[in-house]
Amino acid sequence: MDLQLFTLVLLDAVSYAALVFLVAVGLSLIFGVMRVLNVAHGAFYAIGAYTTATFVIWLEGQGASPWLSFPLLLLSAVIVGLVLGPLVEFGLLRRIYEKEEILQLLVTFALFMILEDVQKLVWGVRSYFADTPLQLLGSVEVAGVFYTRYQAMLLPAVAIIVLVGLRFFLRRTLPGKILTVVTEDREMAMALGINAQRVFLLTFTLGTMLAALGGALAAPTSSVSTGIAGEMIVLSFAVAASAGLGQIEGAALTALLIGFGRSLAVYMAPELDAVVPYLIMTAILLFRPQGMFGLPQARRV
Amino acid sequence: MIRKIALAVIAILLCIGLFVFPWMKAVLTVALAKGIVVLGIMLLLRAGQVSLGHGMFVAVSAYAVAFGNEWLGTNEMLLQIPFAVVVSGVVGLVIGLFVARYRYIFFAMLNLAFSMVFFSFLQKSYRLTGGSDGVSVQTPTIAGLSLEAGTYNWVLFFLALALCVGCVLLAFRFFRSAMGQALSALKTNEVRVAYIGISPWRTMVVIYTLSAMLAGLGGSLLAYTTGHVTPELSYWTRSGEYVFIAILGGTTGILGPFMGAMVFEFIRTYASAWLTNAWQLTLGTILLVIILFAQSGIWGLFAPPPPKAKTPEEKRYDVPAAAGD
Repeated sequence: MDLQLFTLVLLDAVSYAALVFLVAVGLSLIFGVMRVLNVAHGAFYAIGAYTTATFVIWLEGQGASPWLSFPLLLLSAVIVGLVLGPLVEFGLLRRIYEKEEILQLLVTFALFMILEDVQKLVWGVRSYFADTPLQLLGSVEVAGVFYTRYQAMLLPAVAIIVLVGLRFFLRRTLPGKILTVVTEDREMAMALGINAQRVFLLTFTLGTMLAALGGALAAPTSSVSTGIAGEMIVLSFAVAASAGLGQIEGAALTALLIGFGRSLAVYMAPELDAVVPYLIMTAILLFRPQGMFGLPQARRV
Repeated sequence: MIRKIALAVIAILLCIGLFVFPWMKAVLTVALAKGIVVLGIMLLLRAGQVSLGHGMFVAVSAYAVAFGNEWLGTNEMLLQIPFAVVVSGVVGLVIGLFVARYRYIFFAMLNLAFSMVFFSFLQKSYRLTGGSDGVSVQTPTIAGLSLEAGTYNWVLFFLALALCVGCVLLAFRFFRSAMGQALSALKTNEVRVAYIGISPWRTMVVIYTLSAMLAGLGGSLLAYTTGHVTPELSYWTRSGEYVFIAILGGTTGILGPFMGAMVFEFIRTYASAWLTNAWQLTLGTILLVIILFAQSGIWGLFAPPPPKAKTPEEKRYDVPAAAGD
């Protein structure tokens, strides 16, 4: 493999990993705190992408400065998070915390099915193209390869900001510390007077926002169409599970690993590109069922 | 008593409908075939596990049927079906050896991952499987006879019915056996099961293989009924449908899967006309309502009421709630 191809693979991997990381870290955070695997997370990603595409296309029609599309990306992620997060947590999840684990899984699965059709009803089945932000930033030359600045620089930068921001939030701020405590031992935290319900609401909204942010940032890089939700939930689960559910820094690493494996496959063995993430996840889980950075759980008798 | 009468009335109405409306035959055959698949899902649900990827075994066996002519060298249905069941059983065993270590979310999602891998394999290996166009299933001979279309459909229906009855009887026996009883114990507390000398892993491998074979049996019938197999059989929405039917029918009674499958197929036949864009939405909503408000499913309408709530004294011996973990 020559250097140019390798650079291309690397750039693809990094920009792709950045997007998947944003979605996977939300999934992982929600699981860590609430012990619920949110299958509908992929739908939040898709809705974030659709909302962004709608806003950006609307902006183009208004004739306003195209640079406004950048704040719009962020805004749509925040709106989707603030609307859907509390709605789902308060209206649905709150009723099922006491139920069996598989029923919780099925409830979010049902929600995923519902949202899949809601997207079709709201946005139809056509594809949306909203690449204004991508065009605006132009491209950059890396080791002889021309790559869009948006994917090569902006996406990884946002992912790093989110990673560092989350670390700071969880380790240094009071709400973050409370969240960590609930993750470690919910019963004890509640006994100490922590309002677990409020923590759940906060976590779920934050997680939803991250998924929507992933979708918002992905919208300019490719067409937004049906089916992206299903693809993303499986992929982000692969990333989160390979790292160990609840592991935030680990998710960044496995996102890079899976992103790299996937882009390598795109160039070397195109028929395998959809399969590689699963293969990597399976290989990791085969040797470490708790994920690369997960801690084995104590058995309960 | 009223429940039993209601059951009998429904059965009689179905029989009459079958002769008055010939189209019902195809719907019922599909429902019976799916019922068998869902019986396999129920087996896993009894052990507290849910598979979001059993569409894969349906697809494995459906493709085994479609390629039966080439691989097996015979067009005889009574040989092709056992062949397809064995193939999906072997695939189930191999995958089962791996996934039997995992529980809950990991179990569900790994199954999903495997089925999606198989889906993209079917779609991408165009030369072998015809890609997303799929493969047609040749009309087979049954016991050496080539039947004309009308008779063939009747024979297929009664074969499906007979296989369902067989599966139900076997399932009854299985759930009474030691291993069948171990399933609900596994669901409650796995470590205790291990302490009394039953290997949870081995139990999981066995029931996973069994459920793959049931999915294979249902899949072979589906292949014959529809006459065409596509990669979509392995897609996650299909696997989701089976889990949906299992919950809809209820997991406590062995007839649940079949009741669920019939209701499901009838809703699909009627509702698909005006619900094309909201089909998943309808399914999802029904699933939510059942889980939140009517956990015993359709079977719960007919089954005797559940035993009375436990007294505090009895509750003391229950497993502590898994709140803090």
